[in-house]
Amino acid sequence: MSTASVAAAPITAAAFKSAYKPIWCPGCGDYSVLSSITKAFAMLDLRPENVAVVSGIGCSSRIPAYTTCYGFHGVHGRALAAGTGLKVARPDLTVLVAGGDGDGYSIGGNHFLHACRRNVDLTYIVMDNHVYGMTKGQPSPTTEPDWESKLSPGGTGLRTFHPLVVALASGANFIARTFAGDPNGTAQIIADAIRTPGFSFVEILSPCVTLRPEQRGWKEQAHPASVATTSDPAKAARYLMTDDGFNIGVLYKGNRKPYQPPMGKGTKRVADLEAEFSI
Amino acid sequence: MHDKVKAQGGRGVSIALAGSGGAGVMTAGNMLLKAAAQAGWYGLMVRTSGPQIRGGEAAALLRISAEPVECLDDRFDLVIAIDWQNIHRFADELPLDAGSLMVGDPDQGNPPEVLTQRGTRLAQVPIKKMAKAIPGSWPNMIMLGIAAALVGLPLDAVKSVVEAAYGKKKKELLTPNLAAVEAGFASAQTLPAVPQLAAVEPTQTPRWLLTGNQAAGYGALRGGVRFVAGYPITPATEVLEWLSPALTKVGGTLLQAEDELASINMIIGASFGGVPSLTVTAGPGLALMAEALGLAVAAEVPVVVLDVMRGGPSTGIPAKSEQSDVSIALFGLHGDAPHLVIAPNSIADCLGATQWAVHLAEAMQSPAIVLSDQFFGQTQAVVDRPADMHFIGERAKASAPTEAYKRYALTESGVSPMSIPGTPGGAYTADGLTHNERGVPSSQAADHLAQLDKRERKLLRHDYGDYWAEIDGQGEIAVITFGSCTGPVRDALARAAADGIKVRLVSMRLLAPAQPERLSEALRGVKKVLVVEQNHSGQFHRYLRADFDLPGEVRSLRHPGPLPIHAEEIYRKITEWSLM
Repeated sequence: MSTASVAAAPITAAAFKSAYKPIWCPGCGDYSVLSSITKAFAMLDLRPENVAVVSGIGCSSRIPAYTTCYGFHGVHGRALAAGTGLKVARPDLTVLVAGGDGDGYSIGGNHFLHACRRNVDLTYIVMDNHVYGMTKGQPSPTTEPDWESKLSPGGTGLRTFHPLVVALASGANFIARTFAGDPNGTAQIIADAIRTPGFSFVEILSPCVTLRPEQRGWKEQAHPASVATTSDPAKAARYLMTDDGFNIGVLYKGNRKPYQPPMGKGTKRVADLEAEFSI
Repeated sequence: MHDKVKAQGGRGVSIALAGSGGAGVMTAGNMLLKAAAQAGWYGLMVRTSGPQIRGGEAAALLRISAEPVECLDDRFDLVIAIDWQNIHRFADELPLDAGSLMVGDPDQGNPPEVLTQRGTRLAQVPIKKMAKAIPGSWPNMIMLGIAAALVGLPLDAVKSVVEAAYGKKKKELLTPNLAAVEAGFASAQTLPAVPQLAAVEPTQTPRWLLTGNQAAGYGALRGGVRFVAGYPITPATEVLEWLSPALTKVGGTLLQAEDELASINMIIGASFGGVPSLTVTAGPGLALMAEALGLAVAAEVPVVVLDVMRGGPSTGIPAKSEQSDVSIALFGLHGDAPHLVIAPNSIADCLGATQWAVHLAEAMQSPAIVLSDQFFGQTQAVVDRPADMHFIGERAKASAPTEAYKRYALTESGVSPMSIPGTPGGAYTADGLTHNERGVPSSQAADHLAQLDKRERKLLRHDYGDYWAEIDGQGEIAVITFGSCTGPVRDALARAAADGIKVRLVSMRLLAPAQPERLSEALRGVKKVLVVEQNHSGQFHRYLRADFDLPGEVRSLRHPGPLPIHAEEIYRKITEWSLM
């Protein structure tokens, strides 16, 4: 785990993987996502001590401890808030926030909107499997309206949440969709997301073969997007609104300046501030 | 002016300036306080108003004295009203008696009955007509002149404050308003007398004029806070507004969060990054933060939450004071979650207590809740410059961690050196899941117990020193209190002392972890204990009963906000009891 001894030598993807065995089920898409993340870190020549992986709660949110980076496994739904605070306080770090669809789009929905809008320079990965996995099979915001479960016999009847459209409307600077079944392509897109300044959002279709075995079929459904990456939000909006949910690629890349609140240079000593109280 | 009356020693003179919102009573009050401060008096000013943001009724409540004052008096010597519109809505906050004087404008009709029924004298000055006669002047400046003359503030002191306010940028306003102050001052010469301020010498030692919200913000920076996230909420917002530019000057940053859930998680994230961090809120916000505070306990991430308490529950009375977040601050976290709860005991102490909280949080890698309140936060006070304290937030850091690094090592003190992101070899995952010493999730009974013990141990083994409470006086009766009740308790004890009744004061600054041995020591020889707090259910009293050993007979004196606990109530309770 120690990287001090190898100083500036390049670090392999494997060196970003910790010794801990994931709790995930066999066949879970998140294994590939973990590989893609570590590959992307290696591609970017990052060092584990300079990367923080931040998450909330859920199967996919266990991911920080499976890396050799600094990890933060917080409370349900608030990973983006924790990641935002960390990045703003420590702009020198690379911050990757990761989680699932329940964590990000339901309980954490408000933070998702405001993280897109705020555009702090961090990358947000959602491993979307359209189901609450850790609590064993309840519908999430991206679950199809007719999907049956104990909690929603006959289906929810609710239209699904469209995270990419919401991200675009809220101001995310980089919007992509990938498929866990393509770890190399996913790694390329994650690297691009980290490299792109501002808030980068990567939605990863990551099948839950235990609770949603039919998602094994995503392999056949996922396909490269038929259009090139655009920086025109109007074009992106039109394309995303007619999206089939399986377009893979970087769908929008804007030019918004990342948000970093004024970090004072410390020109004054704290004691100088008391002058304003003096009578 | 009729016979001059001298104000009683430390009680000073109490003045209320009232009028419709926008009439400028707050400006007049601020100027009066500033003039008194510059001329060598102490004092404070409470702003009170109806629920409207703009407009409605408003009053500036002042107490000015030759000696330091920490709360309003029980009664007012003088009320000056530009008009009487809706003033009855806060008649409760304006206790008057036959010794009080009301000055009103005869063109604005009669004062409401609720104010006159206690035999208060009434005098009339045509305030608005006088202002109209001086083109470009305002009625509140007439009011300022009347107030200064009646209580014996030198005209020059007031004029220099008016000059400072308008002399530079708004010169066209200066001449007419100086004339208005002079006219008001002159008009008071024929009015009935009110107690006059005791003479003072110009001060030789530095004094400050500030609110508790400013003091707390400054204390946070003194303690080392360099990251703040917050969501606006009355009556805490001014702390954020003060900190935002101040942080920029000293090399820090502030984020306005989308809600309190974000605020608390942002500061936990920033503190995980090694930067001492704080958020500021009031009761409803604290409730939203409770879940993440549990995470900060479990993951051992130091953070400070400043709770400026207001009337509750729910929206309650947002702009009025109440000490009703004691229970949620002490017991509101889920699981077994030991943490720090600290209460400042004066406006000036908002600085020291907040600075101390940062120091303690960092030293023990624990969340700390600071319980200020609306009275402290929004009251402007003249105070002696607080002595410098050397409480700096210093976290034990893992300097050269190796592969064997244990983030949650079971040390004797309970504190384990923390590796900060960026440190090679020290990577670990901060986790809310129960974990072992290395931070690896574990649901084993032994790991759970060991980590719970460790987190309890680090708080209990820390030496809090004498700063845990303010202890004063001797006697067989003791008053235990905290926060903004400390001021009225001190006033009551001074009155009791004048009657020859000795009473001991214990004002607790450290509410949690409980220090039962220290309290028992402070109460040695005490036979009667009076617990004073401003809430309905006696939350502090219950806590003392549960977690401390109180000697002899114990009584509770309490009522909820918005009315403060008056010194008179406490004094009466003590004198009655001392005769038994």
